[in-house]
Amino acid sequence: MNSILEVKNVVKQFGDYKALNDVSFTIPEGSIYGLLGPNGAGKTTLIRIINQITMPDSGEVFLDGKKLSPSDIQHIGYMPEERGLYKTMKVGEQCLYLAQLKGLSKEDAKKQLKYWFEKLEIEGWWNKKIQELSKGMAQKIQFVVTVLHKPKLLILDEPFSGFDPVNANLIKDEIIELNKQGTSIIFSTHRMESVEEMCDYIALIHKSNKLIEGKLVDVKKEYRTNTFEVGIISPNVEGLMYDLTQKFKVGQTNFKSLNDDIKLDVQLGEHHSNDLLSILTKNGQVTHFLEKIPSVNDIFIQTVSNK
Amino acid sequence: MKTLSLIIKREFIAKVRNKSFIVMTFLSPLLFVGIAVFVGFLASMDKDEATQIAIHDEAGLFKNEFKNDKNTHYIDISFMTFETAKDTASNNYDGLLYIPKVDSIQQLASKVEYISEDSPSIDFITDVEHIVDSTLTSDKLKILGFDAKKIEEATVNSDLKLSKFSGEETVRGINEIKLIIGGVFGYLIMMFIVIYGNFVMRSVIEEKTNRIIEIIISSVKPFQLMMGKIIGNSLAGILQFAIWAIVGGILFFIFSYFLGMQMGASSPTDMVANAETTGFAANIPLYINELKSLPIATLLISFIIYFIGGYFLYSSFYAAIGAAVDSETDSQQFLLPIILPLVLGVYIGFFTVLNDPHGTIATVFSIFPLTSPIVMLMRIPFGVPLWQLILSIVILFATFLFVVWFAAKIYRVGILMYGKKPTWKELYKWLKY
Repeated sequence: MNSILEVKNVVKQFGDYKALNDVSFTIPEGSIYGLLGPNGAGKTTLIRIINQITMPDSGEVFLDGKKLSPSDIQHIGYMPEERGLYKTMKVGEQCLYLAQLKGLSKEDAKKQLKYWFEKLEIEGWWNKKIQELSKGMAQKIQFVVTVLHKPKLLILDEPFSGFDPVNANLIKDEIIELNKQGTSIIFSTHRMESVEEMCDYIALIHKSNKLIEGKLVDVKKEYRTNTFEVGIISPNVEGLMYDLTQKFKVGQTNFKSLNDDIKLDVQLGEHHSNDLLSILTKNGQVTHFLEKIPSVNDIFIQTVSNK
Repeated sequence: MKTLSLIIKREFIAKVRNKSFIVMTFLSPLLFVGIAVFVGFLASMDKDEATQIAIHDEAGLFKNEFKNDKNTHYIDISFMTFETAKDTASNNYDGLLYIPKVDSIQQLASKVEYISEDSPSIDFITDVEHIVDSTLTSDKLKILGFDAKKIEEATVNSDLKLSKFSGEETVRGINEIKLIIGGVFGYLIMMFIVIYGNFVMRSVIEEKTNRIIEIIISSVKPFQLMMGKIIGNSLAGILQFAIWAIVGGILFFIFSYFLGMQMGASSPTDMVANAETTGFAANIPLYINELKSLPIATLLISFIIYFIGGYFLYSSFYAAIGAAVDSETDSQQFLLPIILPLVLGVYIGFFTVLNDPHGTIATVFSIFPLTSPIVMLMRIPFGVPLWQLILSIVILFATFLFVVWFAAKIYRVGILMYGKKPTWKELYKWLKY
C-alpha cells in the first residue's frame, strides 16, 4: 500500500526541552489516521512540522513518496486547534484570500467556494463579516477554508470542538465523504468515541515518544485480555462459581440487562471460549456473552499511566 | 512573489478600510490646521494689552530712559512716597521698579529693585538691566570727564561678512533655515516610523489574538508575512501622508484666506526675519542664492533612501515585538529601547547639528544606523562629504538586513507562543530555536 505521509526519525528540541524524540510513523494513502496523546505530548509540534511551520532538528518527512518541499503546502489542508479568522474581513474576501495563499487561482477559488457554500447552505454569508457570525458559523467557514484547495492530506486538530451535535455530524459526514473520494486524513483529538468511530489507524504519542502505532483492529488485538462478560440465570450459584473458579479468573461486573441475572467478568487465560460456554450452559441459562474489547480510551489510559 | 503581493494587498486594504484610519486621515489635517490658525489668532491678540510698570525713581536719574513700547508701558510715580508708591503699584500696576537714592552711581548698580507679584520674563529683566547699565555708564563717563557724544561716535559696530572659498557671499541665519529644512525631513521620518511602526505591531498582535496566524503560516513563510505587513502598512501610511498634505494644504489656504491673516504668504518671511534681524532686506538675493545652492536633489534622494531604510529597520523591530507579546499593554517594556534612539536622534539633530554640523557627535550619530535617518537628513543641507553619506547608508542597510533576520526569528517563534509575556532572556533563547 502506498503511504501518503512518512515521518522518519523526527527530533525537535526547544532549548532544553525535547518536544519530539525520534518519532517515526507511516500514514497509508486513503486512511483516516488518529493521532492521539495527552496534552503536551508533542502532537502540535509534529503537526507543525508536517505543515512546515517549524523545521525538525533532524529527521525527514515524505509526502507521497517525495521529500517535503515548500510547494507541498497546496496539497495539505490544516485546521489548527486554535482557530481563527480575520474578524473584520468579509467572509467571501477572506475565503478568496486564504485560498489564493494556498496557490489557487482566483477563478478556481470562486468556483470551489460556490460549490462548498451551496453544499453547506451558507450562500447568504458571503458579504458578512466574521464578527457578525456565531462561533459555530465561523467554524463552518474555517472548515471550508481548510478543504477548499482539495488537499491530498487533511490535518484536523480537534475538528469537532465548537460545533453543536447537528453541525458536528454534518462536518463528520463531509470528512467521511472526502475520505471516500481519496483524501487521507490525520485526526488529532481527545474525543475517543470519534476515533473509535472514524479512524482506521492510530498512533499514540506520549512525552515526546511514539508508543503505539498501527491499524486500529491490530492495536486492539494486541491489547485484548481475553475477558468475557457473562450474564447467567442459575439455580445453583454456588456450583457454578465453584466450576468457574477452578479454571478461570472470575470477577463481578456490571452491564445493562433486562434480566435478573448474575453478572460476571471471566478471564479465559489459556482456555477456549467454548470451555467457558459449556460450564455455563451446564449450570443455567446464559443471557449475555460478550468478549470485552478494549476501547481506545482504555488503551490510551493504560498506556499513558504505565509510562 | 505572488503571495507577497497578495499579503501586501490585503494588509493595505484592511488598513485603509479601517474606520479609525479613515477618520484620522480626514480629521487630522482639520485639527492640525485648526490649531495652527487658533494659535496664530491668539498670538496676534496677545499684544493688545501692554504690561503696566510703575517707576519710583528717588535718584531722578532715569526719568526719560524707560520708553513705552507696545508690550510695556512705564508710569512715573516718583512724586509719591515709597510706601504709597508700593501700595499703588501693587493695586493698579503689574510691577514697581524702585530706584533708591544713594551716594554713588557705583552703589546704585546693585540697588535697583523690581517688585512684582508674578516673576518677570527674562526678556524684561535683560531690557531693564540694559537700560540701567547704559544710563549709569554714560552718567559715570560724564562724571569722569569723558564726552559721551564722542564716545558714541567712536563706538564701532562690526558686521561680519560671510563667504565661501568659491567666492560666493553667504548670509547669517542661514544655518537655522538649513536646519529647519533638514529637520522637517528628519522629523517626518521619525513620525512615520512611530505611527506606522505601531500599526505594524498592532496588525501582528491582531493576527495573534485572532488565532488566524497558524492558518496563514501553514500557507506562507513567516518572513513573507512579516514583509507583506511592513510594506502594506507603509503604503497605507504613504497614502495617508499624501492625503494629509493635500487636504492640509487646501484647508490652510481656505482658512487663511477667510481669516484674512495671510499666514500662508507671510510665514516664511517671518521665519527668516526672526532668524536674522539686521540688514535683511538688503540680503534677500543672498538668501535666495543660498537656498538655491542647497543640495535639493541630494536631500530628496537621501530622504527617500533613509526613509525606506529607517522605516524598514524600525518596523522590523515593531513586528518582532508584536509577535513576542499577547496584547498592546505588554509591549511597553520592549518599545522603550526603540523609541529612545529616535528621540535621541531628534535632540541631537536640533541641538548638536546647529552648533557644529560637522562635529564629532553630529558625524557619529549621522552614521550610527539607529539615528542616521534623522541626524543625517538634518546635516545634509550643511553639505556632507560623500564618503560619510555612503558609509552611513551602507551601514543603515546592513543593519536593516541583520535586524530583519533577527526580527524574523523572533517573529517566527513568537507568533505561535500564546498566553505569556516573554522576558528578554526568553527572547534571546528564541533566536536559537
